[in-house]
Parts: sequence; C-alpha cells; structure tokens
Amino acid sequence: MAQSLAKEFTKGLWAEIPPFRLVLGLCPVLAVTKSVENGIGMGVATTFVLVFSNLLISLLRNVIPSKVRIACFIVIIATFVTIVELVMQAYTYELFLKLGIFIPLIVVNCIVLGRAEAFASKNSPVLSVADGLGIGIGFTLSLAALGAVRELLGNGTITIWGGTPVFEMGANFLPFQFMIEAPGAFVGLGLMLCLMNLIGKK
Amino acid sequence: MGDLFVLAISCIFINNILLAQFLGNCPFLGTSKKMETAVGMAMAVVFVLVMAGIITWIVDAYLLKGLNVEYLRTVSFILVIASLVQFVEMFLKKSIPALYAGLGIFLPLITTNCAVMGVCLINIKEEYTFLETVVSSFAYAVGFGLALILFAGVRERISLARVPKPLQDTSIGLVTAGIIALTFMSFKGMV
Repeated sequence: MAQSLAKEFTKGLWAEIPPFRLVLGLCPVLAVTKSVENGIGMGVATTFVLVFSNLLISLLRNVIPSKVRIACFIVIIATFVTIVELVMQAYTYELFLKLGIFIPLIVVNCIVLGRAEAFASKNSPVLSVADGLGIGIGFTLSLAALGAVRELLGNGTITIWGGTPVFEMGANFLPFQFMIEAPGAFVGLGLMLCLMNLIGKK
Repeated sequence: MGDLFVLAISCIFINNILLAQFLGNCPFLGTSKKMETAVGMAMAVVFVLVMAGIITWIVDAYLLKGLNVEYLRTVSFILVIASLVQFVEMFLKKSIPALYAGLGIFLPLITTNCAVMGVCLINIKEEYTFLETVVSSFAYAVGFGLALILFAGVRERISLARVPKPLQDTSIGLVTAGIIALTFMSFKGMV
C-alpha cells in the first residue's frame, strides 16, 4: 500500500510530469509564466483544485452514472475553482489580479479533467489524493522553472514571493524583451521540452 | 460602426486569442497536424464561440447580475457551454447531417477548449455591450481559425523536413508557434 502510494505520488514529478510528459493544460503554462511568482501561484491554485476534485470524484465514483460522468466531473471541478477564486480574491489580491481570467479557466484545464477521468474515477480516494498531489506539484515545478527562465532572461530578476526579487542580474545586463512577450513563452517551452527529451531518452 | 470595425481588427490580429492571449492551445497543437482537421476545428470554434458568447452574455446580464450571484459565474458559464455543445451536436445530427459529418468529432472537444470559456469571460470583464460581444466573439473565433490554419500549413511542411530527434513533434511545433506569434506581434500599434 505504502509502496503504491509513493509510486502514484512520484510519477507526477518526473515520469508523467505535466506539461512536459503529458502535453496538456498548456494555456496557463504559456500565459502566466512571466515571473516565477505567478507560476508558483498558478501551480498552487491548480494543485488545490486537483487534490480536492480527485478526492471527491473518487469518493463518488460508484454513485456517478457513467453516461453523465463528464458533466458531473466538471461541476465538481467548477465548485473547487470557485472556492480558490474567492479565497485568492480575499487573501492574495495582487496575485489574483495578475493571474486574471486564468483562475476561472482552471475549470477547463485539461490536466484536471484528465486526471479525474483517467485516475480518480477508477481508484481509491487515498491513491487519488496522492496522484493529484504528485501531478499538482510537478505542474507547479514546471511552471516555476519556465517562469524562472523567462523572468531571468526577459527581466533580469527572479522573484519567488511578495514582489521583491531575490536575485538580480548586474547593471550591465540588457533584458531580453522577447522572452517576456508572447513568442518567448512558445519558444521557451519548446526548447525546455527538447531538453527534457534529451535527458529522458537513454 | 467604426468602433466595431476597430474592435474586430484588434480581436483578430493584435489580441489574437491563440498567439497573444494564450487561450485554446491544446486544440491548437492537437489538431494542427493535418490541414483537414485544422479547418474542421476552426469552423466548429466559430460556430460554438459566437453562440456561447451571446448566451453567456445574456445569462450574466439578466440572470447572474439580476439575482446578484456573480460568484456563480464560473460554474454557470461552464454548464452553459457544455450543454450548448451537446445541444448543437444533437441539432446538427438531426437537421444538417452534412455539416455534422464535417464537424462531428470536433464538437465534444470544444467543451474543454479554454478559448470558448476565455472569450466569454473576457466579454464580461471588458464590459462589452451586446453588439460588441457579438462582434468580439466572432472576431476572436476568426482569429483562432486564422492562426490554426496558418500553423497547420507550416506544420505540414515541417513533417517533411528532417528535424533533430529531441526536437521532434510538439517541441518543434511550439518553437514554430513562437515564430508565428512573433509575426503577429508586428500588428501591435496598428489600431
């Protein structure tokens, strides 16, 4: 039991890390990774939704009729997204403004629905929570990594939390504006995917 | 009239839904390997997005604001979109089978296309009037189709090229999308 629990948790961190191994949920990945801070915020919000929707769907998996299961999953996910939205609006208002419409859009993030359909609807609640937590943390790490690359090259800083940068490039550094703009997101993610393929393939 | 034209141009080119706002990227990468599927997806999105934009605007203006329950926006919009897609699918199957055969498999995919939900939310956030909502929904959908079809054309050519192994498939696709996004950036400042 403990072994399979660990397996479900760790697979989200490398073997099936989204969005690199599972190419799903790209929109928030591309849109919010202008800085590490935004990436982490988005990742934590998604993890919360993943864990709780996985738990609830797994508990209800024998009750939900299979014909209308997708609609049921979406309502459950939308409920948790609304909770996240209201909590962030109350406690982290600046981040809430920065992430904008991408918080309500967690509802249509394919990773969340994908895990509900592929995992939580077939497995026990404990395993489903481990799966949600693993995938969620993997997603957060990916967002933070892409955010770090883009922020460092595009702005010359790294900001983990709270708006003050923990690292700054010297005064001679010329920001590479392209990386902060839209094309930088696509090219950055494409090249990171290439790097993952290089490391992953033996 | 002039304002609406400017709005349409800015939604198609400058704020292109795929390349500037990053919405709907999963179908963008998923259905762009062949020209046929790209055209099918583009048409299905135009069809659903205009209807979803109009209906969610009405729901928001009269139902949610009327009852003062705006915090239910996320839940109600996704329900509207999901049932709309289901309804459109059944309607087309019965009455216009030719169109259904063309769009068929792309319709269910649209429920989780964040471009649809995203545009509905943008319309509300920007406080567009009803007419502006119709124009912006249509223009965003056209922008989606334009970018998708352009990208599919480029991708068909890439499939014939010899790409280094680690860069294959999605990786080179993303880099290509980045270069297309770069060309779309040149529309900035046009309006």
